[in-house]
Amino acid sequence: MAKNGTLGEKGLFLIIALFLLVFLVGPVVQVFYVAFIDVSTGNLSLINFVDFFNTSLFMESFYNSFYVASMSVVVASIIALPLAYYTSRFDFKGSVIIQSLGFIPLIMPPFVGAVAMQLFFGENGSVNLFLEDTLGFKIPFMDGLNGVIFVQSIHYFPFILLNLSAALNNIDRSMEESAQNLGSSGFGLFRKIVFPLAMPGYIAGAVLVFIKVFDDLGTPLLLNVNNMLAPQAYLRISSIGIDDPMGYVIAVVLVVFSLGALGIAGWALKGKDYSTTQKGGGGLNKRKMTTIEAIGAYSIVIFTLLIVLSPHFALTLLSFATIWSYSIFPDAYTTAHYAEVFTETPEFITNTLIYASGAAILDIILGVSIAYLVIRSKIKIRKTLDYVAMSALAVPGLVLAIGYLRTFSDVELPNGQMLASWWLMLVIALAVRRLPYALRACTAAMQQVSVSLEEASENLGASKFKTMRKITIPLMAGGILAGFVTSFATAAVELSATIMLISSESDAPLAYGIYIFMQSASGRGAGAALGIIAVVIVALGTYISYRFMENSRKQREVESKDE
Amino acid sequence: MNVKNVIASTLASVVFFAPLSAKELENKLVVITSFPKDLTKSFKKAFEKKYPNVKVEMLKKKTTAGIKYIQETKKNNKADIYWVSAPDAFEVLKDDDLLQVYKSVTKGIPETIGSYPLSDPDGFYSGVAAAGYGIMWNNRYLKAKKLPAPQQWKDLSKAIYYRHIGMSAPSRSGTTHLTVETMLQSDEGWKGGWRNIKRMAGNFKTVTERSFGVPDGVNTGSFGIGIVIDFFGLSSKASGFPVDFTYPRYTAVVPANVGIIANAPHVNTARAFVDFLRSSEGQSILLEPKISRLPINPDAYKNAPANFPNPFKDSSIGQDINFDVKLSKSRYNLVNALFDVMITYRLADLNEATKALQEAEKLLASNGNDKAKKLIADAWLLIDKTPVSEELALNDDFTAIFKTKRKKRTDKVFGRQAQVEEKWDREVKDNYQQAKTLANLAIDILN
Repeated sequence: MAKNGTLGEKGLFLIIALFLLVFLVGPVVQVFYVAFIDVSTGNLSLINFVDFFNTSLFMESFYNSFYVASMSVVVASIIALPLAYYTSRFDFKGSVIIQSLGFIPLIMPPFVGAVAMQLFFGENGSVNLFLEDTLGFKIPFMDGLNGVIFVQSIHYFPFILLNLSAALNNIDRSMEESAQNLGSSGFGLFRKIVFPLAMPGYIAGAVLVFIKVFDDLGTPLLLNVNNMLAPQAYLRISSIGIDDPMGYVIAVVLVVFSLGALGIAGWALKGKDYSTTQKGGGGLNKRKMTTIEAIGAYSIVIFTLLIVLSPHFALTLLSFATIWSYSIFPDAYTTAHYAEVFTETPEFITNTLIYASGAAILDIILGVSIAYLVIRSKIKIRKTLDYVAMSALAVPGLVLAIGYLRTFSDVELPNGQMLASWWLMLVIALAVRRLPYALRACTAAMQQVSVSLEEASENLGASKFKTMRKITIPLMAGGILAGFVTSFATAAVELSATIMLISSESDAPLAYGIYIFMQSASGRGAGAALGIIAVVIVALGTYISYRFMENSRKQREVESKDE
Repeated sequence: MNVKNVIASTLASVVFFAPLSAKELENKLVVITSFPKDLTKSFKKAFEKKYPNVKVEMLKKKTTAGIKYIQETKKNNKADIYWVSAPDAFEVLKDDDLLQVYKSVTKGIPETIGSYPLSDPDGFYSGVAAAGYGIMWNNRYLKAKKLPAPQQWKDLSKAIYYRHIGMSAPSRSGTTHLTVETMLQSDEGWKGGWRNIKRMAGNFKTVTERSFGVPDGVNTGSFGIGIVIDFFGLSSKASGFPVDFTYPRYTAVVPANVGIIANAPHVNTARAFVDFLRSSEGQSILLEPKISRLPINPDAYKNAPANFPNPFKDSSIGQDINFDVKLSKSRYNLVNALFDVMITYRLADLNEATKALQEAEKLLASNGNDKAKKLIADAWLLIDKTPVSEELALNDDFTAIFKTKRKKRTDKVFGRQAQVEEKWDREVKDNYQQAKTLANLAIDILN
């Protein structure tokens, strides 16, 4: 093997590097350079960063963002760990519920999610009005930073759940059996064998939660918490103007800090080999629960699901409500909102399906390729790909969209349309925005595949490509599925880049439709109905892809038995 | 070929002296607008009915995003019309040469509304509707909290409304900026205006990111009272929410505008659309309950529902104020920045200080004490303090710091906005903290 990667690897590297350069780095640099310009002279300078660190508001925001992101990881882990544990450790009927409902929080469309959470948990929401009526006190669920942590943990814990479950299911049963044969059991077994082997999955999820919360804009904004970094950047860019440097200074700080978090995670996993060679059978040994254990497990699962799905319940209620104002439940119910929504442009739905699946497929292709190059190839600067792709997480959608308009609006398609506002560009923008999710999932999955399996395949005469197709990718299937689902689900409800790039209503996806409905007093119910449709579509999409993967896995198992 | 077209259409209109007929219109129209669906849907339907060959595409973007979109795509513009509320958004586009002149002649539309010119004197944009600011409230909320409905701006600074009020930030919504500027232009002037705003802001529960966040918050009951533009209040009520709306004295009535984008691909249709919006036919659409905007054609009010406000008849709306547009424009960004530094980002500090002072005043009312009285008065002075004096706010060199846009590389601006704001922020935070300390001292004395 060549010291600096084979020719094929180099080619792949170049293609991906070019893609990232054109669709991520280029457009973002077009916008970001403002951060390095001294407005009074027009020269390059770091003075804006000095201003940043001198401003107490920004420092306070920085601290708040850090605190909220860390606490969200803690709370999300508390929610996700038991769920992941029950599904992978026990023969537990509730597993299906957990696996199929666990990702649903991710697909809460913006705006509707905000309204729904306020209606249930707000200071004058259903829960608090009920508490006040019956017990005479209120709980400030949605107040200040704690509110942000509450909402973020509920929203993002699936990142940990999905990645951790994938990792647990990938642990070779024989590892556990060997440990048991050697006398290890119970907590010791968990600590020494299961936990370390599942580490890449957990870290991948935790880092995603951290970065996502650190960079997230929507939730703080909907709770009107301004003193955090992402809202500060957004507020400055969208109110003072696109030429104000501070917004971009903050965005640069966000990118750098997110990459730092990623670096720390990489460092924590460094020097450890998590791959296992034998595939003695997927997942840990599952055992039957005792009745008491089952009762305990079910109550935890059901309680968690109740909280996690409460925004969806609230949204469903809202979509059937006539008027819901300062009361525990709506005044009356109607199906008029759904009727209204279905007579409106149905292309919202097809557009969403096309965009989200296009973006997710692009994401897993890129994700697997980058993961392969970073982990398997010997190209010297291979890690840069990973970092560049991950930095997309910290680029505000608004900035990316403006960069696209700036870069691609001069180019015209043969039919006279602007390239920047062609729907395929939106798919690419969505793919770039969601690439980090798919990439982390694919990387974690590939870390668990032992290189010796691939070497064996190559020794037997298979080409690199065939090895990849026949050995590596099938072994990574769980991780790839997790990546696809997260990319698909979150791309389906993305708004910030969408709203900037859409140039005609017939190209618009659901999120845009929801946004438009939610901008008027009479549109709340219809917006909620559209939101429910979005949730159902994404849920179906996920279910189908899950079935598809399951089937092909079973197919393979049958085939391998035949051989 | 283009020139030929222009000549032909000019000739046609001169020779036949007829209004544009549907034949000469291009068959498409792209409108960039921030207006809600209820409004755009009705206008699209009516316009397409009148000109059956035309297909109208309503492209919804937030006011600021719309500006950005037009700026970034100017070399390859595909849009015809920009149609939003905030007059200053049009000023931005006009400054960037992104609009074209079209003086729509429509009978019966006055030159001004109150003191505000209805259309751009240079003809780059035209008024199509009017709006005034006021207070909306949720009846169920006020009933549950046993609060009276506020009627005037000053009512909002009463202690009973502590953390019951919501407002949007002027930097976030062009129309909110007008409310703030209106208060700054009342007979109490710059200093008094800021004092009134901050005393009111001490009672804020939240400063929302979107202007629609305010009516939404009142409608759902997350807070009880909101400072909103009239159509938010009126249309919420018309949609069945248990809310009400009133105009206080000192409210400016301002126009919502429409402008034709420079090198619009479908310019004839664009002109017909502007004319249509201003015709009595178009104006009457504004009266639909879900839209509830004030027509600028006084004739249109003939068909208005009972109790619908009419700024041309009702002398209590927008009459007590002489709104100076130039003054407002000159310090536009400065006022936004000040509001954000003093209120939006320091709301928690301001709330705490206000709470302590309201408590101290309550105690003072029952057992008087001169020393405590002095402490309370001093504390209020600290809260009222504004880091920028009226003179400074009118200084062009100073306000230039807040217009970061340099047209040429060689243009110089002195000072950086972030640097100035950092200084304000420290000053404001200190003042609020000190005010709280003084108030607590007064409470200790009175207890």
